[in-house]
Amino acid sequence: MVDIRHSTGEPIGAAEVEDVELYHPHSWWTRYVFSQDAKIIAVQYASTAIAIGMVALVLSWLMRLQLGFPGAFAFIDAERYYQFITMHGMIMVIYLLTALFLGGFGNYLIPLMLGARDMVFPYANMLSYWLYLLAVLVLVASFFAPGGPTGAGWTLYPPQAVLSGTPGGKDWGIILMLSSLILFIIGFTMGGLNYVVTVLQGRTRGMTLMRMPLTVWGIFTATVMALLAFPALFVACVMMLFDRVLGTSFFMPAIVEMGEQLQHGGGSPILFQHLFWFFGHPEVYIVALPAFGIVSDLISTHARKNIFGYRMMVWAIVIIGALSFIVWAHHMYVSGMNPYFGFFFATTTLIIAVPTAIKVYNWVLTLWRGDIHLTLPMLFALAFIVTFVNGGLTGLFLGNVVVDVPLSDTMFVVAHFHMVMGVAPILVIFGAIYHWYPKITGRMLNEVMGQIHFWVTFVGAYLIFFPMHYLGLIGMPRRYYEMGETAFVPASAHTLNEFITIMALVVGAAQLLFLFNLIWSIRHGREAGGNPWRATTLEWQTPETPPRHGNWKELPVVYRWPYDYSVPGAAEDFIPQNQPGSAGHAPEGAS
Amino acid sequence: MAVVVILVLLAVGSVLFHLLSPWWWTPIASNWNYIDNTLIITFWITGVVFVAVVLFMAYCVLRFRHRPGNRAAYEPENRKLEGWLAGGTTLGVAAMLTPGLFVWHQFVTVPDGATEVEVVGQQWLWSFRLPGADGKLGTSETRDITPENSLGLNRNDAAALDDYVIEGGELHLEVGKPVKMLLRSVDVLHDFYVPEFRAKMDMVPGMVTYFWLTPTRTGTFEVLCAELCGVGHPQMRGTVVVDSAADYQAWLSQQQTFSQLQAKAGTKETAQAGNAAPAQ
Repeated sequence: MVDIRHSTGEPIGAAEVEDVELYHPHSWWTRYVFSQDAKIIAVQYASTAIAIGMVALVLSWLMRLQLGFPGAFAFIDAERYYQFITMHGMIMVIYLLTALFLGGFGNYLIPLMLGARDMVFPYANMLSYWLYLLAVLVLVASFFAPGGPTGAGWTLYPPQAVLSGTPGGKDWGIILMLSSLILFIIGFTMGGLNYVVTVLQGRTRGMTLMRMPLTVWGIFTATVMALLAFPALFVACVMMLFDRVLGTSFFMPAIVEMGEQLQHGGGSPILFQHLFWFFGHPEVYIVALPAFGIVSDLISTHARKNIFGYRMMVWAIVIIGALSFIVWAHHMYVSGMNPYFGFFFATTTLIIAVPTAIKVYNWVLTLWRGDIHLTLPMLFALAFIVTFVNGGLTGLFLGNVVVDVPLSDTMFVVAHFHMVMGVAPILVIFGAIYHWYPKITGRMLNEVMGQIHFWVTFVGAYLIFFPMHYLGLIGMPRRYYEMGETAFVPASAHTLNEFITIMALVVGAAQLLFLFNLIWSIRHGREAGGNPWRATTLEWQTPETPPRHGNWKELPVVYRWPYDYSVPGAAEDFIPQNQPGSAGHAPEGAS
Repeated sequence: MAVVVILVLLAVGSVLFHLLSPWWWTPIASNWNYIDNTLIITFWITGVVFVAVVLFMAYCVLRFRHRPGNRAAYEPENRKLEGWLAGGTTLGVAAMLTPGLFVWHQFVTVPDGATEVEVVGQQWLWSFRLPGADGKLGTSETRDITPENSLGLNRNDAAALDDYVIEGGELHLEVGKPVKMLLRSVDVLHDFYVPEFRAKMDMVPGMVTYFWLTPTRTGTFEVLCAELCGVGHPQMRGTVVVDSAADYQAWLSQQQTFSQLQAKAGTKETAQAGNAAPAQ
């Protein structure tokens, strides 16, 4: 078996290409606004994503107020309620999570962790951000357009998405939504190609693929998946835009709307669902894989121990990525598609649980016999494991076709996907921000505010979403503006809804504290130094903190894998990847 | 230490919540108790895994948290342990999937003797159709829908003329008789959902979807729409009554067939035409 941990003793070859001169900005505008530096672009992506994420947070408050206290707030009528849930969902999945993980962390970490000076196509990288910003602005514009934003649900299922019974269906809402998604995908493609080519071509000497930190593996695999999955959403958006604007019938069969025969015919609403979920399921992993990668590095660094089973972790990421393209129809068990599909998709879906479980085992086995520092990044990593395991296990209910039948379209589904792709990845984002903020700004985030933020967020989010499963078990459907008098829903369930709403308000408020901490600590945080966590990966070995344009004076050379923590015989409990020599080698064949 | 306490509380608390909370499914009224059983198996397997992982984490944090002078072990890989864990997981997954697929096979296999009943969804109303004396539902077409023929039945199809049409009223089913629900929508997606039946299925304009069930107890149950269908979605309610055989026949004899409704609409039209005439 090849030892992946250290160089084999052979000298590392000379660089295959000359160090290329970067574009150097000439003015404040090209340095900080129209910047081609991946680190600036990363901060732009992250700030925009967090800003629009705050809108989604407020929307979640509004929808929870209606669910907890139906009718108490007169301005939340049914139309607005559906607009709130739609925009909340779309913002969180696409404009926050996807943009922040790939555009934010991808841009910041890929070049630094791989020892590159920048992304390989800096100009396209800059365009990627500006198209993303434009997509966000178009999305926000729909709040001010006649008729308001679309209220079709984030899945935008036709025919209702383009008919008059749905808010924005016959107004501007759905047109702006589809246009914004199209812009987002064009922008993402520019960024995504960049990340992939940089990983494949931009690594420094000695940085073999199997020496890349798992963070990069997660972001890289997710980007490849996104490049394959987003085109399906792209064509679905274009076709629905044609149906709405030009009167085509891609997704529109013969329809009688409120007693009136429409001029559509022959289209298939289910075709849209296949296209949507062919994108939509990989999308779950486009969000999850970067989180998997990042959390592996957080756990390893803060437990001062190598990640357990690195190769298995890499292969699990790749296998999950591949399998996620053949499970999409588990979102459609009760869609009316041929029911025999259920056998195939239930099987593939449950198979994907095996590599996912392996990742969980390897995370907790990394803790085993570690030297666990309960820093904020570690706390968020632990919280991630709890919520991800919980959400992943309820996925086994919904993936197992026959169990899905009673639960689909109920609050159980809402609880499940919030736990697994809402709470869990966002906890990783928080952990990652607490971890890398010192590198980005040179200062630590405030610890006291961080502790309050952590405890309220973790315990609060669990108390919101764990009991919510049981509302679904009762049979309470999702996307109901109000339950009204329903025989099978006991009064106690309404009390539970009130409790969930109050918790949601509290957890939301804690995010405002986090936001304040982000801004406050830029000036007032404790000075961090270059490597406050005593970490091995290259981004912590830069000559300056924060790193300058071009990242390095001389490009680093990599001699070992990224997980040389607590190596027996070594003086320190970490050995940076760019440290040469055999100091601290474990005996060969120890694995 | 707070972390250890919270992790233990979460694991134990979740189990206690599951066992003690008053929130559980409504008593079943169909043959799909197999679905409930598979769900319970899944609860047990996943519950054990959840508690085990969280308690293991709590133990690790307690036992291996940083103290001055501590140093972590160095163990990159352990093929044997990784193999065992992967194997065990595969077994657990198979234990959930296998019964699931058997039950799914039953779910998609409609018994021969099942009566066909049609449910038609529109914004935001349920309508129903039952076969007439010939025991067969006639053909229908969205294009044929008019104010007088709200389900779009084929006037030239003899099988359609004797179908019972129930617009916006209650659906009655006979207890113990398997029934195949044929689902149709005339505008957007809907989903015929009766929590006590456990089964549900989307209704898609342009196609006919289905599921089957056998009602196992008499009673009155609420029908909800479970697929977002516009602003009226939560108000789209209906009623299903499961009757004994005698009650069912009594109810059925009071329903009107398609041809009866057509005749009535015809006389109304003539009357309206007559009323309109003097005004001209």
